[in-house]
Amino acid sequence: MKQIDLVIIGGGPAGMSAAVAAYESGVRNLLILERDAHLGGILQQCIHNGFGLHRFGEELTGPEYAWRYEKQVRELEIPYKLNTMVLDITPDKVVTATNSEEGIFQIQAKAVILAMGCRERAKGALNIAGTRPAGIYSAGTAQKFVNLKGYMPGKNVVILGSGDIGLIMARRMTLEGAKVHAVCELMPYSGGLARNIEQCLHDFDIPLKLSHTVVGIHGKERLEGVTIAKVDERRRPIPETSEYIACDTLLLSVGLIPENELSKTAKVELDRVTSGAVVDQDRQTAVEGIYACGNVLHVHDLVDYVSEEAEIAGKSAAAYINGESAEGVDVSLKADGKIRYTVPQRITQKKDVTVYFRVADVYRNVTVKVKDGDTVVFSRKKPKVAPGEMESITLKPEMFENAKELSFELEVQ
Amino acid sequence: MYDIAVIGAGVVGGMIARTLSAYDLKICILEKAHDVAMGASRANSAIVHAGFDAKEGSLKALLNVRGSEMMAKVCRELGVKYQNNGSLVIGFNDEDKATVESLYTRGVANGVRNLKVLDSRELHEIEPNVSQNATCALWAPTGAIVCPYELTVAAVGNAMDNGADLKLDFEVTDICDAGDYFEVVSAAETVQAKYVINAAGLHSDAIAKMVGDDSFTVHPRRGEYVLLDKECGGLVKNTIFRTPSKMGKGILVSPTVDGNLLTGPTSVDIEDKTDKSTTPEGLARVIREAGENVDGVMFNKTITSFCGLRAVGSTGDFIINMPRTRFVNVAGIESPGLSSAPAIGEYVVDLLKNAGMTLNKNESFVPTREAMHAFREASIEEKNAIIKKDPAYGRIICRCETVTEGEILRAIRENPKPRDLDGVKRRTRAQMGRCQGGFCSPYIVEMLAKEMGIAYEDVTKFGGGSYVNVGKTKEVK
Amino acid sequence: MIRELTCIVCPKGCPLKVELENGAVINVTGHTCPRGKTYAINECTHPMRTITTTVRAENGEVVPVKTSTTIPKELMFACMKEVNRATVKLPAKIGDVVIANVLETGADIVVAANVD
Repeated sequence: MKQIDLVIIGGGPAGMSAAVAAYESGVRNLLILERDAHLGGILQQCIHNGFGLHRFGEELTGPEYAWRYEKQVRELEIPYKLNTMVLDITPDKVVTATNSEEGIFQIQAKAVILAMGCRERAKGALNIAGTRPAGIYSAGTAQKFVNLKGYMPGKNVVILGSGDIGLIMARRMTLEGAKVHAVCELMPYSGGLARNIEQCLHDFDIPLKLSHTVVGIHGKERLEGVTIAKVDERRRPIPETSEYIACDTLLLSVGLIPENELSKTAKVELDRVTSGAVVDQDRQTAVEGIYACGNVLHVHDLVDYVSEEAEIAGKSAAAYINGESAEGVDVSLKADGKIRYTVPQRITQKKDVTVYFRVADVYRNVTVKVKDGDTVVFSRKKPKVAPGEMESITLKPEMFENAKELSFELEVQ
Repeated sequence: MYDIAVIGAGVVGGMIARTLSAYDLKICILEKAHDVAMGASRANSAIVHAGFDAKEGSLKALLNVRGSEMMAKVCRELGVKYQNNGSLVIGFNDEDKATVESLYTRGVANGVRNLKVLDSRELHEIEPNVSQNATCALWAPTGAIVCPYELTVAAVGNAMDNGADLKLDFEVTDICDAGDYFEVVSAAETVQAKYVINAAGLHSDAIAKMVGDDSFTVHPRRGEYVLLDKECGGLVKNTIFRTPSKMGKGILVSPTVDGNLLTGPTSVDIEDKTDKSTTPEGLARVIREAGENVDGVMFNKTITSFCGLRAVGSTGDFIINMPRTRFVNVAGIESPGLSSAPAIGEYVVDLLKNAGMTLNKNESFVPTREAMHAFREASIEEKNAIIKKDPAYGRIICRCETVTEGEILRAIRENPKPRDLDGVKRRTRAQMGRCQGGFCSPYIVEMLAKEMGIAYEDVTKFGGGSYVNVGKTKEVK
Repeated sequence: MIRELTCIVCPKGCPLKVELENGAVINVTGHTCPRGKTYAINECTHPMRTITTTVRAENGEVVPVKTSTTIPKELMFACMKEVNRATVKLPAKIGDVVIANVLETGADIVVAANVD
């Protein structure tokens, strides 16, 4: 069996960034396995701009952002295989993959970085009653049809869910001549970035209907219309508010789910909230030598943060391969509910650790507190936090070196 | 001139055609939809019933028990997945217990083998996730599961491989008796056949009327289902039924041959034979009652929900007869129709023989067909040998269900050829997984367009006006 | 008059307040960077947008393109019309100019992805 020090599963922004970081930390025997025909992952179809402000100080399109990393991968001559699907990863890091040229092959890796990204929640999970005509797509599928294939999935569109891909597609379909009638969001707040509401909806007078959902689907062959309704505080549709909208297309932007099927084969412990792996500050999972980064770990708002996280994973995997280790601790991080989750979930080394977290609802004038028992070791005020926007704080070793557990709490005034 | 025209390419029409293709006959299968298996065969409980449910002496009982016995072999020949997982009818009180007892007695009378009445302890030993409130059960180890549309595709495909023709989009509008043959008319074409077999499912009453038989009617009964992720497929091993009521067998919880968990169906009589919509009440009922029967059904892992229409005949039993010479009704084939299908094929052949039709063996008849899941189940070495010959088998198109380009191309090129996205889905499972085609459907559209020689934007989800795309970008008016 | 805006310069989406008098900007608050202030002023006087879309390649495929700088917001659809009429040759490289100085805006339509 072929021996490779570091195998990276996925050649999207996370995989490429991790590979470059690992290379720069001295790993030379490494390989990226990418299932698509190009490096770049989902960024290839994200042709809108807004990527890279943090990383590069300029606004790039998705493919441009991906190219910045692909260029490095090529210049460093980091090996990668395209059109290659990983079928299985064992806990002792045997990676089984398939492609047309080599058939099914196996690699024994010293370390593995999981960078498979995420997928969209599909319609099935919503259990909307009605017919099952053509014309219902996830926003990402529509994005692929429009941006990569050059075809229009429809002309009269309703969008369910105000996730960023849905908002971006509202603008994209409008620019291509479609009429977007409404974006319905089940929650009383948008799931997408404020700027996208502004430039993708307001610019085109597309109504955002908060606390609304689709309750009926009509049409036997192609979609002919949807029934939408307002929902109450418990998110139950209010029948009297039902409204019929004629449309030939329903796009769903109702959430992203980390794609952890392979992580499961590797027996990686998953976090029930993030649906990604439980990791330490190095992005190492509970299985030694297996790391996770990017949207497979938890869904990020910005690719810039994905790259940042992937660098941590790449460097750490390199250190693992090189047999380096730092002074250990064992601290678990707990979220209080208002804070839904933290990444990492564990700290195992005494060094500065940036902890990312997401909140459960929109809150104003809050204080983020990190406590070791009753002792507040960190505290920061924020004017506003929202589920759609990931937050982060950096902890110093002295804040946790004697702790067993740190609890992350949100105090709302 | 055909010897026989079979109207309807569901599992019943398909199995009849396949059985007849073993004889030296010119056969034509006429189907009004864009693909085979588009009626009740597309959406049902996928169960091979053991045969304890139907009334003693009924055609249902006779054909169910026989069909169930035949099914394993038929599936093996046709390369269709079949799993002898067993069935349990669970009860919660004394009244249910009495029902269980009477089902046992009826099953024994019907000739069902190995039936056993279980107490709570025995039940939970076999199925620990069945509700702790269940107190008794009837266990039918001969109960099994199949995939109904896979069986239909394979049966029609096998009939075609043995010489039968399939005409899709052929909606029969009239049947004229021309003396010693029938003219079967559709808008586009007329087919001449000496014998006609009416296996038109929900519409078999309308077909029968075309030859002057109005002795029965068929009405649609809606059944709504919720299908869960493969993660949940192991929750139960047996198919779990509730003790039956007047309206059917209640909400079942069953593994599928592909490893998912199926829950449903509801049972509501409706008027419209084309109304395949799910309802908020129906889905809510499935979720509620499945949860009452089995613990730990995770509906947050729902992949899809769907509705099937059962073709319920007015006589209470299967209607298989010859109301006039050379015309056979195979109507009212509601549950246990899938289980009975192989036996119905055999029964119809006997009917034709007895009616004086000459049936000579088709010497070149091949009863077998290569399984669509053969590649999936091959060893790595075998797979690599196949990939070496055809590299398309090395490329995964559907990530959720791990379906290769080679398998999809094979399905597109094989009888009966799929012509739309759903057709590819039913044959290969591509788009059937948790992302529901989100990733792979744009590629499959491309493959279909190329193989069929049509434009990308002309590819449909299931024929008719069900276009996937409405045109090219930059050209929207 | 006070106009409230959401800044679109970066994903932070700062809530901006712009004080206007007879159409002229008197004061901007709420921004957290100088670009935000510029955005606020532009948005109230002559709003500008970047267009990202695709252009047909000669073989029928599509190639992602964008405006090299922002263009007046009211020209978005006119700009789409221009782009939709254009074609590019493959391979296309990031930065290739498809339409120079589109609609006299000073912005070029440039390729925004490498397509072979």
